[in-house]
Amino acid sequence: MTIRTEPRRTGSPVAPGTGAPDALLLHPGEIAPGRARTRGPLRREGPEKLTGEAKYADDLVFPGAWFGATVRSTQAHARLLGIDLGEDFDWSKVVVVTAADIPGENIVSLISDDQPVLVPVGGEIQHHAEPLVLIAAPDRETLRAAKRALTVRTEPLPPVFDPIASEHVFAHYEIEAGDLDAGFAGADLVLEGTYRVGHQEQLYIENNAMIAVPREDGGVTLHGSLQCPYYVHKALKRALALDDVRAQVIQAETGGGFGGKEEYPSILAIHAALLALKCRKPVRMIYDRHEDIAATTKRHPAIVSHRTGVKRDGTLVAQDIEIVMDGGAYSTLTPVVLSRGAIHAGGPYRCPNIRIRARATRTNTPPNGAFRGFGAPQTEFAAETHLNRLADALGIGPLDIRRRNVYRTGDTTPTGQVLLESVAGEEVLERGAEAAEFERLLERSARARTKAGGSRSSSPLATGPVRRASGIGLALAWHGAGFTGSGEVKLASVASVELTAAGQIRILTASTEMGQGTKTIFPQLVADALDVPYEAVEIAPQDTAFVPDSGPTVASRTAMVVGGLCIKAAERLRATVESATGGTFAATYRDHARQSGGVRIDQKFEPYPGVHFDDETYRGDAYPAFGWASCVAEVEVDLDTGEVAVTNVVAVDDVGRVIHETLAEGQVEGGTLQAIGYATIEEMKLHDGRYLNDRLATYLIPTALDAPRITAILVEAPFSGAPHRAKGVGELPMDVGAPAVVAAIHDATGAWIHELPATPERILAALGATTAAPSPTVPAGRRRVEGAIRAPIDEGTDPRPDAPTDPQPLRGPQK
Amino acid sequence: MPVEPRLEVPRTLDEAFATLATAPHRPIAGGTDVMVQITGEIGPAPDRMIDLWRLEELRGIALDGDVLTLGALTTYTDIRRSAVCREHVPALVDAAATIGAAQIQNRGTLGGNVANASPAGDTLPVLLATDAEIVVGGARGERTIPVTEFWVAYRKTGLAPDELVLRVRIPLPAGREVRFRKIGTRRAQAISKVVMALAWRDGGRGWSDVRLALGSVADRPIRARTTERALEGRRPTAETADRAATTLAGEIEPIDDVRSTADYRKVVAARVLHRLVRDAGGW
Amino acid sequence: MNIRLLVNGSPVELDVPGMRRLLDVLREDLGLTGTKEGCGEGECGACSVILDGQVVDACLVPMSQVDGSTVRTVEGLARRPARSPDRRLDELQAAFLATGGAQCGICTPGMLMAARAYIDAGGGPDEDAIREAIAGNLCRCTGYTKIVEAIAQAATPQAEV
Repeated sequence: MTIRTEPRRTGSPVAPGTGAPDALLLHPGEIAPGRARTRGPLRREGPEKLTGEAKYADDLVFPGAWFGATVRSTQAHARLLGIDLGEDFDWSKVVVVTAADIPGENIVSLISDDQPVLVPVGGEIQHHAEPLVLIAAPDRETLRAAKRALTVRTEPLPPVFDPIASEHVFAHYEIEAGDLDAGFAGADLVLEGTYRVGHQEQLYIENNAMIAVPREDGGVTLHGSLQCPYYVHKALKRALALDDVRAQVIQAETGGGFGGKEEYPSILAIHAALLALKCRKPVRMIYDRHEDIAATTKRHPAIVSHRTGVKRDGTLVAQDIEIVMDGGAYSTLTPVVLSRGAIHAGGPYRCPNIRIRARATRTNTPPNGAFRGFGAPQTEFAAETHLNRLADALGIGPLDIRRRNVYRTGDTTPTGQVLLESVAGEEVLERGAEAAEFERLLERSARARTKAGGSRSSSPLATGPVRRASGIGLALAWHGAGFTGSGEVKLASVASVELTAAGQIRILTASTEMGQGTKTIFPQLVADALDVPYEAVEIAPQDTAFVPDSGPTVASRTAMVVGGLCIKAAERLRATVESATGGTFAATYRDHARQSGGVRIDQKFEPYPGVHFDDETYRGDAYPAFGWASCVAEVEVDLDTGEVAVTNVVAVDDVGRVIHETLAEGQVEGGTLQAIGYATIEEMKLHDGRYLNDRLATYLIPTALDAPRITAILVEAPFSGAPHRAKGVGELPMDVGAPAVVAAIHDATGAWIHELPATPERILAALGATTAAPSPTVPAGRRRVEGAIRAPIDEGTDPRPDAPTDPQPLRGPQK
Repeated sequence: MPVEPRLEVPRTLDEAFATLATAPHRPIAGGTDVMVQITGEIGPAPDRMIDLWRLEELRGIALDGDVLTLGALTTYTDIRRSAVCREHVPALVDAAATIGAAQIQNRGTLGGNVANASPAGDTLPVLLATDAEIVVGGARGERTIPVTEFWVAYRKTGLAPDELVLRVRIPLPAGREVRFRKIGTRRAQAISKVVMALAWRDGGRGWSDVRLALGSVADRPIRARTTERALEGRRPTAETADRAATTLAGEIEPIDDVRSTADYRKVVAARVLHRLVRDAGGW
Repeated sequence: MNIRLLVNGSPVELDVPGMRRLLDVLREDLGLTGTKEGCGEGECGACSVILDGQVVDACLVPMSQVDGSTVRTVEGLARRPARSPDRRLDELQAAFLATGGAQCGICTPGMLMAARAYIDAGGGPDEDAIREAIAGNLCRCTGYTKIVEAIAQAATPQAEV
């Protein structure tokens, strides 16, 4: 279901008004002629995916290809003293690459230059699973034998695992507005709370995969699973000392990314390329699931503390927020994740006095990185849970406290941005509450609680007469659309639309398809702009040899920013052809192409007018526009065991304008389930800086039986700065699911869970049934009870995950 | 990276016995445990394996008077579909339904669950609670091992290297009730945190022949005998439930691991038992 | 070992080690890359195929156990290849396309085989039964909503083409 929202304008719009009525803005009930609002064309690459013909990286065949593997650290912090090739192995059969073999710079190019491609001898290993040596062999058996025959010598160094205690700061921000002391002085109630969120693994069903093919010209072509061809391209150029042409990156069909393939593929690409250039053969590096989980980036864990002052009627008067994020061992994208987390930390609410202090620190754990939401799910979980607790403390409903405080058009954010247009917080809040029958169900569970109340047995080992309790919870979020601050300007993205000499219409962008529908909506937008049938518009493969750098496929910017560039390029193409031919584009373009030899229009990103952000002071317009989302979740909690079933979810997302209803719903449904998993069962435990849940049997995501019924409602609060008025959808649903579930758990049980995931263990501990709750900062090993397993397992590592310590395949032979 | 160890594929049970008599061979049935364990990533892969899948002598579910016999190669799907199992040991059907999902149930076998000897094996508490017997055999002949003596240590069974699990015999005494409950992290494809089977006979003056079996709370599936004694001869009242729950929490010594904590397992095992007694007593 | 089996209706004869995984034979020896490897441990279902009428994880099946068997993979569902001019998807694939049941597509082949096995065994449009039938197939993109919708559509009797 799609609901169109009246745009509310109280000030000047972001884009200068043209005076003419905007044909893209529709009022409820209206249908613009020529723009039939159907569900959208069928997914362009759909049939190939459904018949098994779509080729993902591991499906590609390169005759004579070798297999590559990575020797990784089995310690969290150590000095690498030496690499020893065993005498009993014939090393002439394989190639070995160390840091000394890197032709360019031993740096993974991203933001800070702190991460090496491979740790050099004499250098410092900073995390478990850090890459040390690469090996390639003609077959898997030889590769396996070579790995066994290679050993590394290390000297352990003291590791740091606590992000709060760590003194190595990757980034810090401070955002302040108003007078905090005065705000607290005027508060009727002050509430404090600390909230923790753990790692979350992106768990794309296709593991990271790269195949490097050496070129005749001394360069290398990479085929792989990736989100950002030009990130990989840049990283290859730097590490391998190649130019734009000799480093070539081609995206293969990609089986999910969610941010997990934003920056990590650069590392894998460099590894595969180094091996391929040394052995002069194609090299396949396809991770298995265990290596992928053990070694690649995850969502940043965070500890978020709130101290909040409110009036008796629920009005927010003071917010003091502190954020600590665990960046892992290297900076990667941490400064940007922290930035987004900080900007969104207060929640979508008006509060005149606010201070947000955020820092991200280094720990000796694998580096964390991008994952859908990018800092906002962490801080908005804390903000929403804290607000729900405030409502509870005041005796005000969770809906009412939000009605009172939610941003309206004309309000100012903590960075000093005035929200001029496209503000839909109230809309999504009301739609969600209405669709989910929130107030009625909230009252129903209150009545059930009253009836059942006090009949629980006093002994924690006994059951009460009622086994299951239902609950309902609500959350609201905002999510800045596109890159933060001047990020988009710095990217200077280009998208092109080309009319080839043969009369084909082609879109050239680096935006990747990974399931969200890029290959469907770009032709749709361009076809609309050119007024030609959808089938007439092709989209070129994401190959750096042919497509311009349209920036990374991240930050929910693909439809909004790059789609916008495609529309503008198409409009210019249309104007060019129509002025040359005197007829309509649709009628004349084929002839014109043949006669003129074709036309290519490159459209470069132009800054949104009136959007200014100061990167130094962190003041101004953090984003050109914000998206808004609400979520209402119903749960059923087994009071005996603390098990939570999420039964129904209503997810309402404002996307500016719906370009393709089915695809947009798909993003909302998928993002919502990832948020549900984050809230309930996706737990990543660590021991000595190593992930314990490093297989699919132990890192658990929801199955179809665990997934709730999800109702996606799309709201449109158009953004005038984009030619199609769209704002992006991918990440928005990720910000609201978890706090809604935690609120529902509270409604069902009376327990507030401050830590994600809200596992049964944490729920029973919060209810006082068990004596202690596990905390992520306490290493699991320390809490082990000497139980029935008295003898250590000395037959070697146990392969089944129900052993007290999980197997360590990365524990290679070590002197 | 998958490994491909040498494999013997006997066509008959006698051929299998003869092969095993020559040297140790790691058996594979449905493969749902073994194929994960032998990848060579984690410790050395076995040198020799023996594929049991073709041995029809190990298939079949037979009801003979008051004994139900299931061949070792009976899959979880076979159990779920078996009218005989549904009627006579519904708790075993319940257990089979909680294992993995369709793909695993179509291949995983009862014999495999028994021989794999995981402390978390989901059918194993049902076998303990029903006084099952494991019939094993080799070139030297067959013997019957009571299930209480079958799992001798962590992942170790009483099987000799030249023996295979042949069948499982479940006695079906009149009037016996069996209940099964598994607590896992999610609703499918989950290794249990606690798994329990409770059996009793109710002659009208209190429960008799009480059997309480648990998995995932020790290094092997166990009978909680002290708690059984607390239930034996009692009616399923609130007092009985309270006492049994407390006794169980004191009797078991689970551990913290990647899935859960000792504390949680103790409390939840006690509560699951309490709830089972409450449900049986109808209060 | 010498193994003979039917793959998507075509007879295949191979000489392979008995412990070679069916998944590797399909993908590498037969070039049928539609079946995917997501975990290699029977947890994700991306490698699901229909073996003698039952859905199984091909990563857990050694070749020695499929001599004389019938295997169906995703490549055997459609009536014609995707790129051919007279391509026709079967009703299950068509339903996935219409509802949006495939996003990144990596879980889709396995999901289709689990759904196909369910429908062939008489499964109907009951949502709970469908969810149980695909509980062994992990999807990270869709939230399962449109997958369940597609299977329900295909499992509804009038959908049979």
